[in-house]
Amino acid sequence: MPMEKSQRPLSPHLQIYRPQLTSVLSITHRATGVALVFGTLLLVYWLLAAASGADAYASAQALLGSWLGRVVLLGFSFALFFHLCNGVRHLFWDAGLGFELKTVYASGHAVIIVSVLLTVAAWAVAYAMRGGA
Amino acid sequence: MKYRTPLARVRGLGSARSGSHHWWMQRLTAIALVPLSVWFVASLLMVVTADHATAIQWLRSPLVAILCSALIVALFYHAQLGIQVVIEDYVHAESAKLVSIVLVKLVSLLLAAACLFAVLSIAFAN
Repeated sequence: MPMEKSQRPLSPHLQIYRPQLTSVLSITHRATGVALVFGTLLLVYWLLAAASGADAYASAQALLGSWLGRVVLLGFSFALFFHLCNGVRHLFWDAGLGFELKTVYASGHAVIIVSVLLTVAAWAVAYAMRGGA
Repeated sequence: MKYRTPLARVRGLGSARSGSHHWWMQRLTAIALVPLSVWFVASLLMVVTADHATAIQWLRSPLVAILCSALIVALFYHAQLGIQVVIEDYVHAESAKLVSIVLVKLVSLLLAAACLFAVLSIAFAN
């Protein structure tokens, strides 16, 4: 099908606009969602390793517990908590709640703060369980 | 709206031919994942730093096996719905779009089956 270049005016491209909290959180929700899909591969690996036996589990633990593994897991955990918190924000919107501009910004800031706090808390608990190592 | 046939209007399935089913299932799985993922991460923090025997002992309890299975089903269902939307937004060639959506759905099914197999084989191992 021959596509002629449309002569109609285009709306400004995305990069023209100054980033706002609302748009940044929106695309971050999508980005974290995609990242979580890749993170889920780690869950698949971990579960299969656990089912395979002690040796496979030990090497999975060693890989995930390595320096690189921990960095990936840190990103994974933040992505999870962000997507979780912002997902709850979306569910409130789906119920028709929280659409006032002030509320949208307040809930947006809350999502950032709570997801960072949850990430820090989760890692603090993990290290405490491990005995500080 | 007057260009739509009465049959199309009464079916209410729209141009996607599935009505609001995709939207509804994404919300339903999201609601399920809120408590399930919080529970899973909280439990994992207690288990993940321990040895294999501890992990197996945890996964073997019926409640954990059931909740893990529910998490896996909801998680992969939710994930493939979300990735489908991303593909629909950014992949414009009709054939590439169709192929990638089909691949995402089939791979999700395969990975969910692998996870369920792992959880159940641990739960039913003697």
